[in-house]
Amino acid sequence: MRIELRVNGEPCEADVWAGESLLYVLRERLGYPGSKNACEQGECGSCSVLYDGKLVCSCLVLAAQADGHQVVTVEGLGEDGRLHRVQEAFVAAGAVQCGFCTPGLVVAAVDLLAHNASPNDDEIREALSGNLCRCTGYAKIFDAVRLAAGT
Amino acid sequence: MQEEATTLGAVDVLTPRTLEEALRLKSETPGAVPIQGGTDVMVELNFDRARPPALLNLNEVAALRGWSRTNGRVSLGAGLTYAEAMEHPLAELLPALAEAARTVGGPQIRNRGTVGGNLGTASPAGDALPPLLVAGAEVNVASVRGERTLPLHEFLVGPKRNALAEDELIVGVSVAAGAGRETFLKVGPRNAMVIAVVSLALRVVDGELLAAFGSAGPVPALVRAPLEEASSFPEQVAAAASPIDDVRGTAAYRRHALRILAGRALDRCLA
Ligand SMILES: Cc1cc2nc3c(=O)[nH]c(=O)nc-3n(C[C@H](O)[C@H](O)[C@H](O)COP(=O)(O)OP(=O)(O)OC[C@H]3O[C@@H](n4cnc5c(N)ncnc54)[C@H](O)[C@@H]3O)c2cc1C
Ligand code: FES
Ligand code: FES
Repeated sequence: MRIELRVNGEPCEADVWAGESLLYVLRERLGYPGSKNACEQGECGSCSVLYDGKLVCSCLVLAAQADGHQVVTVEGLGEDGRLHRVQEAFVAAGAVQCGFCTPGLVVAAVDLLAHNASPNDDEIREALSGNLCRCTGYAKIFDAVRLAAGT
Repeated sequence: MQEEATTLGAVDVLTPRTLEEALRLKSETPGAVPIQGGTDVMVELNFDRARPPALLNLNEVAALRGWSRTNGRVSLGAGLTYAEAMEHPLAELLPALAEAARTVGGPQIRNRGTVGGNLGTASPAGDALPPLLVAGAEVNVASVRGERTLPLHEFLVGPKRNALAEDELIVGVSVAAGAGRETFLKVGPRNAMVIAVVSLALRVVDGELLAAFGSAGPVPALVRAPLEEASSFPEQVAAAASPIDDVRGTAAYRRHALRILAGRALDRCLA
């Protein structure tokens, strides 16, 4: 079946198998490999995208449900070839080790700061609780979010 | 994509725009699996545990979304998300549901997962269920044959089994507003992303104590007692449960934890 959606502002069309996820379509059919596939069961957050402006796991959205909807992936956060300030903060704070969790955490952090410009540590913890990182121990990820928020 | 459809099994996606159309498709398509937030259904699909002949995508049915208030009762659409249940002013009308919603998964899950999906899955651990039980929830279901309403305790017929007929959909659930004297507590290894080891909702209303527990029996169940029995109520709640030993905890631990949760919930609500 054919679906039409907007990814990072661009209109896209894809022929999809009816049972596949939005994550699969983004990565394998539309050329947006930024969102990562680690668990395919909503547990790790590495596939996080903004779906109609809301933070979701793209592995849990049926591709066919996205027909007519808007998706922003990690590739769509920066503007004019420049990184988003959250991405810059992740680099500056050393919040990236293997990097597999990074796109999902960046999207989740962007979503947090869009709703709460200066979150405290408990608010950061709650907002990032759906994202797992196996490498950093989270301390530098917190530093990055604080840096991006300017707190 | 024809080839893939034949090798992987012919799943079809039906996307109705109105409730009427959704009910017609449900009755015309045997085995069609409704999908709302997809947080349960997609896991089954991604892991090849289910290959339904069709998926009935309910996301475009406006009648299933949102909530409304009439004569002291609050009607929640089946498509109400946990994130929406946490928002003002609904969170003040149904504080225990809002507290429960905040414990569900993480933000990504709460933005997609719905109350209707929790009823559809009917897990003994479903976190929306205890708050709905203490709020006297009635489930509204519909099919092309008509609508019916049944109390939530009759809707939950067993572990992961509900009273829906093959052609029926959940339209919503109606509850009595809580006015603040209610709460929800959940035990798990961390504060997010956990299935309840045990959970408890408590409401104090009109001189009565109403508690409902999750993960401590085949279905979340209700325990009631007069307010005067508050001191023995934790014991009554623990005695009413029929927990099992499993990977998340032992039956003995669950009963103990329920007793403690009931005591804490009473402290909160009677303070
Ligand atoms: C990472 C993760 C964490 C989770 N954490 C929790 C948690 O903490 N607590 C908890 O309770 N649950 C949790 N869940 C489970 C799930 O999120 C909830 O059960 C949620 O309420 C399901 O809602 P949904 O809209 O996503 O359902 P879907 O997956 O769309 O559907 C679930 C079931 O309900 C049926 N259904 C949906 N809508 C209707 C309808 N209108 N009429 C008839 N049938 C319908 C579907 O056919 C399916 O059988 C978690 C899931 C994941 C992936
Ligand atoms: S891949 Fe989607 S949450 Fe892990
Ligand atoms: S940096 Fe490796 S998983 Fe987070």
